[in-house]
Amino acid sequence: MELVTLIAAITIFALAIFLGFELITKVPPTLHTPLMSGANAISGITIVGALFASNVASDSGNYPLAAWLGFAALVLATINVVGGFTVTNRMLNMIAGKRRGK
Amino acid sequence: MDFEPEIWDVGYLIASILFILGLKKLGHPRTAPTGNLYAASGMLVAVVVTVAQMNFGDGIEGTVLIPAGLVAGGIIGYIMAVRVQMTGVPEMVALFNGFGGAASALVAASEVFRMINNGTIPTDWLTFHVAWIAIGLSTLVGWMTLTGSLLAMMKLKGGFEIFGKWYRTPTWGPEWLNYVKGIFLIGIVGLIYMSLEEPGNQDYIIGIIVLSCILGLLFVLPIGGADMPVVVSLLNSLSGVAAAFTGFIISNNVLIIAGSMVGAAGLVLTNIMCKAMNRSLIDVLFKSFGGTNKETVTRTKVGSDPDEVAMICDGISKCVIIPGYGMAVSQCQHQVREFADILEANGCEVKYGIHPVAGRMPGHMNVLLAEAEVPYDKLKDMDTINPTFEQTDVAIVLGANDVTNPMAREDKGSPIYGMPILNVDKAKTVVVVKRSLSAGFAGARDG
Repeated sequence: MELVTLIAAITIFALAIFLGFELITKVPPTLHTPLMSGANAISGITIVGALFASNVASDSGNYPLAAWLGFAALVLATINVVGGFTVTNRMLNMIAGKRRGK
Repeated sequence: MDFEPEIWDVGYLIASILFILGLKKLGHPRTAPTGNLYAASGMLVAVVVTVAQMNFGDGIEGTVLIPAGLVAGGIIGYIMAVRVQMTGVPEMVALFNGFGGAASALVAASEVFRMINNGTIPTDWLTFHVAWIAIGLSTLVGWMTLTGSLLAMMKLKGGFEIFGKWYRTPTWGPEWLNYVKGIFLIGIVGLIYMSLEEPGNQDYIIGIIVLSCILGLLFVLPIGGADMPVVVSLLNSLSGVAAAFTGFIISNNVLIIAGSMVGAAGLVLTNIMCKAMNRSLIDVLFKSFGGTNKETVTRTKVGSDPDEVAMICDGISKCVIIPGYGMAVSQCQHQVREFADILEANGCEVKYGIHPVAGRMPGHMNVLLAEAEVPYDKLKDMDTINPTFEQTDVAIVLGANDVTNPMAREDKGSPIYGMPILNVDKAKTVVVVKRSLSAGFAGARDG
């Protein structure tokens, strides 16, 4: 790995942190719980890493330890992603429903 | 580890942009549902791109593990999300947090064990050091997030009076426990250093995992009661940080971007909550909250019974309802709505005073009342409602004792001293409904 690629990765890391701070500075309290839940679902992006870690074949069903760890990561990350976005959507629908003066 | 520019990075860039737009839109009431959709689409793009990259790269080997994991996780996650009661959402966010953190840590573990067992530890100095430090940090943050979140979930769920009282005993003096946490942290950093010296030794990695799990528990252990939302929010931030570190391990920009963005966003939310309680994050984390003095507020309650409350509420013209965690636990938001409807039918003006930290998460009350179909414009925040209490006939406090406790203004010894409160004591009559009196509320409803 070249030093320049590491510096590029650290640059992305630093800028994304500042972006996160700027994105949600003013948010009405109503949206705090859905926002937390939605942000939490986004942190399930680690599902990408889990997919790579689960990409292991076995003829006999004897997977190495690393594959099992990857599989566990994939299940948990998918729960985080699917569950997180679904429950956020449920909450937002409730709030939005009221706003239409149901 | 190398960041070769490939066509797939364009797909990850699209996913990242969708996350950024999604997070931005989630912060505004009108666009929030779209924002959630954007973020979810971003995730779908990321998964599809990853699968395509594997297919056209080294080929998809995990034809069993990958579909099985996606289907199992998808079904479990969906069922949990659909079946959960709105009152149980904070616990579930805490649990999902833990899962996210654990997933990142498991990816790190998978990578490190694969490299050790296959003898493919990078030989290049820079590549090796970046990978191993990222693995160490991802392991630390990820496992901490898991155990901390599980404990936080249990505290939220299992009536933390039991937990809270136990942990608030003087033996859990924050002084020495903080030193223990410090020793654990130093130990973990030491183990990361030693694994750099001797990369083939798995024991160091296992040591980091064990110590990180214990550290996560120790972090949440002394924190109880009103500070739990802050902890859950901080854990949300940590699960993002763990994902970002995992991004450094597998050389993937979308993990770094999404992870660090969520990390920063979680920290902003944590700060908002701390400000509402007039406390600093350091105080929350390292000075245990002490007794929340829940009982002191009972002085304002004059032992009324349901019938009496019903009489008080008969013929009033202005009423403010202050919901709190008690309403969430007893799940009486629908009864609250019915009660308000009856009052309004009798010509009374009903408003809801929402304290910024009422309930277990900011906005918790808004969501619950929205579920009970309370019109949005009747929910007033603290600064709006406080000046109106002097013209209020009856203020009904529903399990929201701390956020209305006048001790916060007067008693310097009180642990909540200095926290902005709802000035219910300025109202002509105050009715305090505690959880033990939930039956009393049901009676009052019929009034």
